[in-house]
Amino acid sequence: MFLTITTTGTPERPATDLGFLLHKHPEKSQAFSTSYGTAHVLYPEADTQRCTAALLLEVDAVALVRRGKGKGRGGAPDAALAQYVNDRPYAASSLLAVALSSVFSSAMRGVCTARPERAAEPLPLAVEVPVLPARGGPDLVRRLFEPLGWAVTADPVPLDPEFPEWGDSRYVRLILESERLTLAEALRHLYVLLPVLDDAKHYWVSSDEVDKLLRAGEGWLVGHPEQKLITSRYLSRRWSLTRQAMERLELVRLAEADDSAVEEIDNAVADETGTEERPTPLAVQRRDAILDELHSSGAARVLDLGCGQGQLVQALLKDPRYTEIVGVDVSVRALTIASRRLKLDRMGERQASRVKLVQGSLAYTDKRLKGYEAAVLSEVVEHVDPPRLPALEYAVFGAARPRTVLVTTPNVEYNVRWESLPAGHVRHGDHRFEWTREEFRAWARSVAERYGYDVGFRPIGPDDPEVGPPTQMAVFTMSSTATEPTGTTTETSSTEGGTTGTTTEKEATAA
Amino acid sequence: MSETQRKGRVLPVTDLSLVVLVGASGSGKSTFARRHFKPTEVISSDFCRGLVSDDQNDQGATRDAFDVLHYIAGKRLAAGRRTVVDATSVQQDSRRQLIELAKKHDVLPIAIVLDVPEEVCAERNAARTDRADMPRRVIQRHIRELRRSVRHLEREGFRKVHVLRGVEEVANATVVTEKRFNDLTHLTGPFDIIGDIHGCASELESLLVKLGYTDGVHPEGRTAVFVGDLVDRGPDSPGVLRRVMGMVEAGSALCVPGNHENKYGRFLKGRKVQHTHGLAETIEQMEGESDEFKQRVREFIDGLVSHYVLDGGKLVVCHAGLPEKYHGRTSGRVRSHALYGDTTGETDEFGLPVRYPWAEDYRGRAAVVYGHTPVPEATWLNNTICLDTGAVFGGKLTALRWPERELVDVAAERVWYEPARPLRTEAPGGHDGRPLDLDDVHGRRVVETRHSGRVAVREENAAAALEVMSRFAVDPRLLPYLPPTMAPTATSHEENRGGAADGHFLEHPVEAFAQYREAGVERVVCEEKHMGSRAVALVCRDAEVAGKRFGVDGGPTGALYTRTGRPFFDDETVTEEILGRVRAAADAAGLWDELATDWMLLDAELMPWSLKASGLLRSQYAAVGAAAGAVFPGVLGALQGAEARGVDVSALLGRQRERAADAGAFTRAYGRYCWPTDGLDGVRLAPFQILAVQGRSLAAVPHDRQLALIDRVVEHDGTGLLQTTRRLYVDTGDPESVRAGIDWWLEMTGRGGEGMVVKPVGALVRDGQGRLVQPGVKCRGREYLRIIYGPEYTRPDNLERLRKRFLGHKRSLAIREYALGLEALDRLADGEPLWRVHEAVFGVLALESEPVDPRL
Repeated sequence: MFLTITTTGTPERPATDLGFLLHKHPEKSQAFSTSYGTAHVLYPEADTQRCTAALLLEVDAVALVRRGKGKGRGGAPDAALAQYVNDRPYAASSLLAVALSSVFSSAMRGVCTARPERAAEPLPLAVEVPVLPARGGPDLVRRLFEPLGWAVTADPVPLDPEFPEWGDSRYVRLILESERLTLAEALRHLYVLLPVLDDAKHYWVSSDEVDKLLRAGEGWLVGHPEQKLITSRYLSRRWSLTRQAMERLELVRLAEADDSAVEEIDNAVADETGTEERPTPLAVQRRDAILDELHSSGAARVLDLGCGQGQLVQALLKDPRYTEIVGVDVSVRALTIASRRLKLDRMGERQASRVKLVQGSLAYTDKRLKGYEAAVLSEVVEHVDPPRLPALEYAVFGAARPRTVLVTTPNVEYNVRWESLPAGHVRHGDHRFEWTREEFRAWARSVAERYGYDVGFRPIGPDDPEVGPPTQMAVFTMSSTATEPTGTTTETSSTEGGTTGTTTEKEATAA
Repeated sequence: MSETQRKGRVLPVTDLSLVVLVGASGSGKSTFARRHFKPTEVISSDFCRGLVSDDQNDQGATRDAFDVLHYIAGKRLAAGRRTVVDATSVQQDSRRQLIELAKKHDVLPIAIVLDVPEEVCAERNAARTDRADMPRRVIQRHIRELRRSVRHLEREGFRKVHVLRGVEEVANATVVTEKRFNDLTHLTGPFDIIGDIHGCASELESLLVKLGYTDGVHPEGRTAVFVGDLVDRGPDSPGVLRRVMGMVEAGSALCVPGNHENKYGRFLKGRKVQHTHGLAETIEQMEGESDEFKQRVREFIDGLVSHYVLDGGKLVVCHAGLPEKYHGRTSGRVRSHALYGDTTGETDEFGLPVRYPWAEDYRGRAAVVYGHTPVPEATWLNNTICLDTGAVFGGKLTALRWPERELVDVAAERVWYEPARPLRTEAPGGHDGRPLDLDDVHGRRVVETRHSGRVAVREENAAAALEVMSRFAVDPRLLPYLPPTMAPTATSHEENRGGAADGHFLEHPVEAFAQYREAGVERVVCEEKHMGSRAVALVCRDAEVAGKRFGVDGGPTGALYTRTGRPFFDDETVTEEILGRVRAAADAAGLWDELATDWMLLDAELMPWSLKASGLLRSQYAAVGAAAGAVFPGVLGALQGAEARGVDVSALLGRQRERAADAGAFTRAYGRYCWPTDGLDGVRLAPFQILAVQGRSLAAVPHDRQLALIDRVVEHDGTGLLQTTRRLYVDTGDPESVRAGIDWWLEMTGRGGEGMVVKPVGALVRDGQGRLVQPGVKCRGREYLRIIYGPEYTRPDNLERLRKRFLGHKRSLAIREYALGLEALDRLADGEPLWRVHEAVFGVLALESEPVDPRL
């Protein structure tokens, strides 16, 4: 990783004063040991008119990974996250920021005994960072630096010239130019904003990060239009993200086994930036519709199948009529978040006894789900590959057999009414399909017929005369005549107990 | 004085029983126990009193002492060990508790009464310091209670009662250990175990002939074993009884009772039974028989033993299946279980009781062979097999040869009796009519594998696998296998190997060959490693086969999936196109007939790598290449500038030039495995093993034969999709051959090849200690490893550090996953139910999430 700082000068104010300001002699190449490798400071050019200081940090990638193996602080939390194939040796990241602050610590504070007046005044500066990881792209780079008085050039770096179809990388070649800033200000901007742009998840530096941010941001962070983003990115790249990473190591490894990026597999919980998180009016309407139907079903013992982060469970808990609420999800991470959201560990015993969160999967029958009065599958079926839907149908309607089943799913016809949704796109990356009203009803009716349920339908959200509502709900009620599903035979069940001993005449002679 | 009296009484005591000594204090119970039983078999109440109170005579500790006594006795009985209780046991209530204990553990309670005169007891107690002050009335009470009880002991539930009267009889008695009736472990057969006959006399005769019996006798002295249900429903129950009884009486057969014999026996004894379920037919057919024959039948049925433990304990035969805890046990409960099996209490839609699937939980050592529940095919499940293939319902009559484990059957001549429920049923989840259940996979599990014992899956790994399997995998019915991970060769430590100019390797074939030589493997095959993505292809001859064998409707003719079971292509028409091409090539090569199959499971590599890994390529590999490519021009420029100004940066500049060169090599390294594809244009599939076909796992077929088969398929592919795998055979003991192997690898990796996999030609091989040998080790090329260990890994100081890598966990993981994979294939080949195959497949996926260095 590498950056250069260039200034220009005149015989009265020689550019080589940069050496004094940085406390590094222009005629030498100096090396400094930092925690992740050796930093070198040298001057490719140094005369009265023009002087450039270069900072080169030789990152020891092997040490970076191996350090991560330990249990202690520093480094990545697990070897699985620490890659030898790593951009850290090449790209400007928090490691470079740390090197910057340790190699140029006095300059960053604006201290210069040899040229105190020059340290305090603005000077013509050009900073070049050839490889800057920039999450948010050139646009965000400009939004971060321009308000501080920099003229910004940010050119994206292509991923691989051999494969133009891959497009640009997340790196930009950054050139900052200004004549209005002191060197100390420039260094402090870099110190904070390089890691903010990198937004790296797996590195954290120390626990007094807030203080450091306040110190380095003094005089410019307050009032910066992107202050909120800067602060949250700068601080959030530590514990919470490390903790998240720790929560999904098994999935990381499974992704790796498949040469996949972990995000392809570990996507059961939407990122904060995703669309799912903000409580849209539609999500509220959906919840209300579900609560309404549950209420009229008279159910007290309820399953939330695919409970996600537990929003519905939370709503059910508020109503004492629900005496037993079981949230089931296949994602351990979603359940962890749900448990945190519900504050299960701090809940009073009486409340806690009403609710249970368990990992489960509707691809399998599950005897724990038997004997409930109602089950909700809210925005679940569209996350299942169509060939695997019959297994879900059997698990819910054939094996668990609650008296009432509520199923909600998007109505694809309504998608044309979403302004932000490009034509032909599904609403969520993990949706395996989205149904029209007719498709949904056909499916629901066939399930109802096969398993002995009656089914009715209910729109959720504004019922558009042309394309229908955004969300559709099916309300299944077990037919009064139905006791056993048809088309199935030996229903294997419960391992509990094991009836032994007396055998009735009927059993005895049945074989 | 008779002979017996002089020599003393002989007391038969069953080998597995609860023996209760009954006698007053001072009657000599402890002495008797010491003389006739092993010290560890005897638990005395005095000893237990001492355990809980430090005082063997502390009567206040009696309740706790008996708790301890019952607890120890319970543990011993559960473990199948005879136990002798040395307490007075003169009160009915104390004996009742012991009888309950015996029943709870399904063993016989036996009483041995020591009836010794009061004076003798008192004398003996007086001689013992600790009991010297025991009041005389206590002994008197004991004796009173004993005399009152003696006559009722059998009614209380003791199955044997021995009463010894007087000092002399006690002193002279001897105890002989008697085997249980069901213990025929000394019989080693060989056996022909025959399933439910239900009066199908003609089919029985045909089967006996097919098994080699002439008039009920086998020339090689084999023994037939009948699992019961000889009678009812069928056309000739008397004929069947005559044949079976004759064979049993002649000693050429054994027979256990079925519920139908039991009921008919009750009828013969004059009990009131309903003439349903085919009993009426038997009664009618027997009307023509003589009273003498009826009497014989009655005695025969009366004498049947609920189940037999045979062949050194390796085989258990009973009618309705038996959990391990009941093997060799003797109680009403065991008999009831053996005859009727266990039910869940529910009834199915045909009104028949739902049987508890005990075999799914069975983990016992003994094979359990049984009948009772009609099934379309006899298949092994957890070392159990049901032989009732519904002969009377028009199915077939099946026998199992033991120890050969061969099935022999004859088809029913007709449907003799309409079944209440169809023999074949339709339900999601395959032929066993049982969909996958969460209990099959969830939580901590231990999977029994036939090749490598028990393989444990931890809870957190199962949880991750559950998510991936549920959300991303193909239909489990089309996912009968997942490939195991593969360990790399031992790390190369030898510098400057002869012939190689640049000797800095992290992995080198020398270690791989040496590793196999040490394991006793003489011949290995080196297979070119295609840098693509691992793919498993299930190819059926047509959609009908997929429907029939794998139970999927709706048209797929197989599946093509990744190492974690995800479909390779989102678009199923692309998958079908690939399967179609493989199928066409197999057709043209004549492989279906040659392998006598209509489906096959292939292990393969799908190329290019960029096809599946594009996300990872862009976010990681290309990104690093891009960063390196963009940073070095500036770095080198700056250093050259400084150098031109006379600043000494030569060492630094030299190093950065090397780093820049490494980065360039890295970019070229991944670039070799990327090329654009359009539809199937540019896609290649290189199969390297046929894992399984109908009825057979081919995992043990040597790799030379495997590759020859696959070469023929590839040859017959006219579309350019299929690709062969280059290979070289190496004799690990021959230095020249090893040299050739190294040169081959150097040449291949020198051109940028990924490397090779070294496998024992014998495929499934064990070492001298009987352990599975690694089925393959990978030996990756020096350039390729840049993708794994980073662009600069070849720098000497990096290499030195990277050589400190630990392969132990990876190797163990590779073997465990291999064992699970083999198990999945065997279960698939044996036609075991879906959940059994899935259990092993799921295990592989779960183990893949174990923490192991991902670079290995």
